[in-house]
Amino acid sequence: MSWEIREGLKYTRTHEWVCFEGELVTVGITDYAQDMLKDVVYVELPEVGQEAQAGESLAVVESVKAVSDLYAPVDGEVLEVNELLLDQPELLNEDPYGEAWVVKIKIAPGYKNPGLLEKDGYAALVKEEAAK
Amino acid sequence: MRKEQALLFELGAPGRRGCSLPQPDLPVKPLDELLPPERQRKSALKLPEVSEGELVRHYTALSTRNYGVDSGFYPLGSCTMKYNPKVNEEAARQPGFAFLHPCQPAESVQGALELFYRTESYLKEITGMDRVTFQPAAGAHGELTGMMLIRAYHSSRNDQRKIVLAPDSSHGTNPASAAMTGYKIKELPSDERGLVDLKALRELLNEEVAALMLTNPNTLGLFEEDILEIAALVHDVGGLLYYDGANLNAIMGHARPGDMGFDVVHLNLHKTFATPHGGGGPGSGPVGVKEHLAPFLPVPLVEKGESGYYWKDDLPLSIGKIHGFYGNFGVVVKAYIYLVMMGAAGLRQAAADAVLNANYLMERLKRSYTLPYDRRCKHEFVLSAREQKKKGVSAGDIAKALLDYGFHPPTVYFPLIVEEALMVEPTETESKKTLDRFAEALEEIARLVEEDPEHVTTAPHTTPVGRLDEVRAARKPRVCWEGDEKSD
Amino acid sequence: MSGGRHYLPLTDAERQEMLAAIGADSVEQLYDELPPAIRLKDGLKLPPPLSEMEALAHLSELAVKNRHLREYPCYLGAGVYDHFIPSVVQYLTGRSEFSTAYTPYQAEISQGLLQSIFEYQTLICRLTGMEAANASLYDGATSLAEAAVASCGATRRRKVLVSRAVNPYYRQVLQSYLQAREFQLEELPLLKGETDYARLEMMLDDETAALLLQQPNFFGLLEEMEGVAEVAHRHGALLVLSVDPISLALCRTPAEYDADIVTGEGQALGNPPSFGGPLLGFFAARQKLLRRIPGRIVGETRDNQGRRGFVLTLQTREQHIRRERATSNICSNQALNALAAAVYLAALGPAGLREVAGLCLQKAAYAREKITALDGFEQAFPGVHFKEFAVRLPGTGERLNRHLLEHKIIGGLDLQPYYPELGPAMLFCVTETKSRAQIDALVRALEGWS
Repeated sequence: MSWEIREGLKYTRTHEWVCFEGELVTVGITDYAQDMLKDVVYVELPEVGQEAQAGESLAVVESVKAVSDLYAPVDGEVLEVNELLLDQPELLNEDPYGEAWVVKIKIAPGYKNPGLLEKDGYAALVKEEAAK
Repeated sequence: MRKEQALLFELGAPGRRGCSLPQPDLPVKPLDELLPPERQRKSALKLPEVSEGELVRHYTALSTRNYGVDSGFYPLGSCTMKYNPKVNEEAARQPGFAFLHPCQPAESVQGALELFYRTESYLKEITGMDRVTFQPAAGAHGELTGMMLIRAYHSSRNDQRKIVLAPDSSHGTNPASAAMTGYKIKELPSDERGLVDLKALRELLNEEVAALMLTNPNTLGLFEEDILEIAALVHDVGGLLYYDGANLNAIMGHARPGDMGFDVVHLNLHKTFATPHGGGGPGSGPVGVKEHLAPFLPVPLVEKGESGYYWKDDLPLSIGKIHGFYGNFGVVVKAYIYLVMMGAAGLRQAAADAVLNANYLMERLKRSYTLPYDRRCKHEFVLSAREQKKKGVSAGDIAKALLDYGFHPPTVYFPLIVEEALMVEPTETESKKTLDRFAEALEEIARLVEEDPEHVTTAPHTTPVGRLDEVRAARKPRVCWEGDEKSD
Repeated sequence: MSGGRHYLPLTDAERQEMLAAIGADSVEQLYDELPPAIRLKDGLKLPPPLSEMEALAHLSELAVKNRHLREYPCYLGAGVYDHFIPSVVQYLTGRSEFSTAYTPYQAEISQGLLQSIFEYQTLICRLTGMEAANASLYDGATSLAEAAVASCGATRRRKVLVSRAVNPYYRQVLQSYLQAREFQLEELPLLKGETDYARLEMMLDDETAALLLQQPNFFGLLEEMEGVAEVAHRHGALLVLSVDPISLALCRTPAEYDADIVTGEGQALGNPPSFGGPLLGFFAARQKLLRRIPGRIVGETRDNQGRRGFVLTLQTREQHIRRERATSNICSNQALNALAAAVYLAALGPAGLREVAGLCLQKAAYAREKITALDGFEQAFPGVHFKEFAVRLPGTGERLNRHLLEHKIIGGLDLQPYYPELGPAMLFCVTETKSRAQIDALVRALEGWS
């Protein structure tokens, strides 16, 4: 099996991708994560303005028989959520890095060193987990 | 191809009815006088309008699309789907039990109170506990009650503990019940034997731990042989030991949770004591406790006094009430007659036969499927379809394939610690012949996985409907009929 | 040997054969890993077993010690009601394809139950005006408690406001459930037997998750609830109503009061009182709260050939998947009682249910008028009653009930333990099952008693 891991993004050990643009990050779930969950049927989104804490659950992604948290990769404040997912959760299976981004977070001032993985590090993690 | 079964709402015709009622036998007042118009229902009352005959045909047709223990073998692991004696139904249906109001004066329900009292005596002896409450209406409700009792016990000692331990193989209700009582749950890993990892237990135990919830035999069907040491470890840090009675059927008459060091026990009368499960309920989940927890039990309890049986309400430390009345009395009646008929020797034999049946099936099936924990099981065992999975056939597919052989499948994907799990609990009420036939079916399916996996992955082929689209159901939930009424 | 041996099909010869197959010498060996200290040496100490005939006779002996409702007319209500049950209900729910099944996990061989639950959910929605209902909860009390917990989850608040006019048994259960979670419970006081809505604004605050009311309330009174939902919603709280399903044939629906969650006791729909259990908790809600609903829910879908079918759905809310984060721990519910409710509602139909509700209304009014005309018996509260009413008594309720029992009547509920502020008082319930002659006999038995 192989899963898409994109250049230019950072990754968490809990299978979120993170895209940095200045003081803003966009977060979603990786191709590997969506494939493990199978058909996504529901996404529970945080409220705009809600505080995000690195490592804490921010959203919930559900398939028929599994529930998976989306953890905040940084401290900050939820700036925007992808409401499209409420009606079309299947987008998470179809286009996890594109249309199915989940939240945008404004990074807390002074928050540094989120300890995220680069593409290669994440690829190694996926390889290791898939072998289990 | 079998047709769809019409919905109730698609049957009948306006003005048709399925029941007659008496004319008023007293002076009738205008409705508006008794019920002012602004308190009256505005929207139309859209209920079915069918004749009694149509109604009977509808539900009879539905019943033919359903499978119960009376239809055939039902080896659903952890659910103890044993045969439900018919005398239980007759006993419970008597108006002297079915038509009692819970608020009647105690002197008018002496037989009912006596029945609670006698059943309590049986359950105390079977579990080795000191008191029993019948208020919990099901196993999970019993767990909730048990956790409330544990919380009340610690609070009464000014000991605010925060953590409950449950094995990674535990029933989902265990962590859910502990969470409903405000506890934080920590998962206790199993070791390579499939039993509680004692080293991990020692590391997790401290004075923050309120209780350890354990099923014994556990959900792999294995007896926790270190139970005395586990109990001592938990008690040493001031914690309590909770017994999930889902698997009591394996050990009735052979060993008692009370002697193993458990402080609280819940039972499932609809599993162990042969009351029917009703398609999902009603069950009954009595909770037994040792003396030190008795003061916290829900009110009221049945006591026997000089002038008969009575309700005891004044328990100042009680957790209060957890059911509107006294729990599922009607289910208790059925369990009681089962207990009375089985007696000590019968219960012991039933447990032994359940264990024998499970071991017999396990021995045979481990040749066709992986047995991850190959040791003597109790009333159930867990196979893994991981070899079949490599051929693209999952445990779920195997379950569906079994439907075509006329069997109810085992529990699948539980416990969570076994990959592609198939959890088989035959119970004592099945004959060797039934077990052999079931084994043959599973063996044939294993062969099909090699020869024609697609036949298995597309099963079932003979049921009233084919595989149903669960994704569709969950993405756009339709939980209520919104179509228009039709009439014939 | 035991009287239940005919439930155990294995013969001794088969046992030996099977033991040989697994390489064991004796049944005892199957228990080898149990520590010797806990193995029961002498067996359980239980009474000698009875045969089926003896056991039935024993149970009948216990049953005849009870005075049941087919024998003595009964005026108790308080959440459990004596309504007529058409024969077809018991007949159909007794079909063992339903009654001996487990939860419908294997949808392809459980379409009967799954469809019947879907129909039940629809019937509950149609009665209450809500958009979603679950497959059942244990009883009306736990259903209300679950609604309170769900409200706290939905609003992320920790306080619940309940009217003192809500069934006191329900309030006790509510207290147990909320206390365990360390949620706060506050009580709205009574005014003339109804919720004192003048206090509502004062007691609702920005921490209140839900306002819990009963309609008709515990005293059988239909409260004036116009505008109450609006006040609750303004404070961000949900309105939860506990209702009598029979009353909904005639009375304004919870949807028409703009309730968010509706709970109640469904026993009255085709289930015998059974000494308080099995009962039937129903639970319905607005679509927006669908994923907060506890317990099982059946949804419509299609099979691989495009045919309509039904499955358990939204299972990620439940304990077997979400474990400690589930909406509730409930697993087994009251499925067969829900089936009885569905058969009952379909048998009665709209006209039949309206007739039952109408007979309750008429007969309760007749009894209330006759009883409160007696010396010393006063109507406790004015207002619009449905099938129950409270009466102030010239002596204690306990004594009165003993007196009535001598007249082969099971009286009403003694209110003193629950509402001591009322003084001696009794809650009477009159349904369609009471004839005029029976009500007149009750009135005669009360006459002259003090």
